[in-house]
Amino acid sequence: MSRATVRIPTPLRTFTGGAGEVPVEAATVGEVLRVLGESHAGLAERILDGEGRLRNFVNVFVNDRNVRVLEGLESAVPDGAVINIVPAVAGGKP
Amino acid sequence: MTCPTIAPQPAGTDLHLAAELRHELAAWAELGHPHETCGLLVGRAGEGRVEVVRVAQAKNLNRERASDRYELDPADFLAADRAARVDGLEIVGFWHSHPDCPARPSTRDLEAAWEGYSYLIVGVTAAGETDFHSWRLYGDRFREEKVLPEQARPTAAALRFENPLKEERVP
Repeated sequence: MSRATVRIPTPLRTFTGGAGEVPVEAATVGEVLRVLGESHAGLAERILDGEGRLRNFVNVFVNDRNVRVLEGLESAVPDGAVINIVPAVAGGKP
Repeated sequence: MTCPTIAPQPAGTDLHLAAELRHELAAWAELGHPHETCGLLVGRAGEGRVEVVRVAQAKNLNRERASDRYELDPADFLAADRAARVDGLEIVGFWHSHPDCPARPSTRDLEAAWEGYSYLIVGVTAAGETDFHSWRLYGDRFREEKVLPEQARPTAAALRFENPLKEERVP
């Protein structure tokens, strides 16, 4: 188990009572999101799809590394890690 | 004409953006033309009101189709977020340009959008800004957000000017 800090982007703070950071104890990113979801109803659904996979247009960073280039939700969470939930901002003209 | 990405209702927020910040965005969009440029809006979000305190540029990671696609570098998001927190601010939205195209959200803009952020689009040609609108996602459609120039806070001198009687009472 590692102690980590999860940074919550502004639009998701409605699920954390306005808190921008939430402390979590977990060993993997998947566990972090599960623990977060248990303590903050509705939050996990914004990050994971119905099959428990990371949604498109949502990225999770562990100490500034995108979990998509690590081991996804199995990525390890080192003690003291900062975990950022980051919108994938993309688009383009018609 | 109906647009599949836009709902007719207005957004429940106004975006307060100082004229100099708007000019900065227009200049960046013009310099980047004919490519799409993008970046972040940093400020404070409150009930019915989003105030932009500063704007930042970000790298467009989509180099193959930079003329009609953008993908904001998440490293720039993380850097802007860190700097914002130091100043007690937050990322309140994003901006990107539509080269030679109106500032209306495309279906691709819609796909990626999150509720709770402002998405500002700058329509731009080689000659400069042509169109400037801000959008906010509600469900599966964008609604337009009114962009208001931020009012300068009145200075002490301006307040005295508005209330000359106060000055006269001073013995």
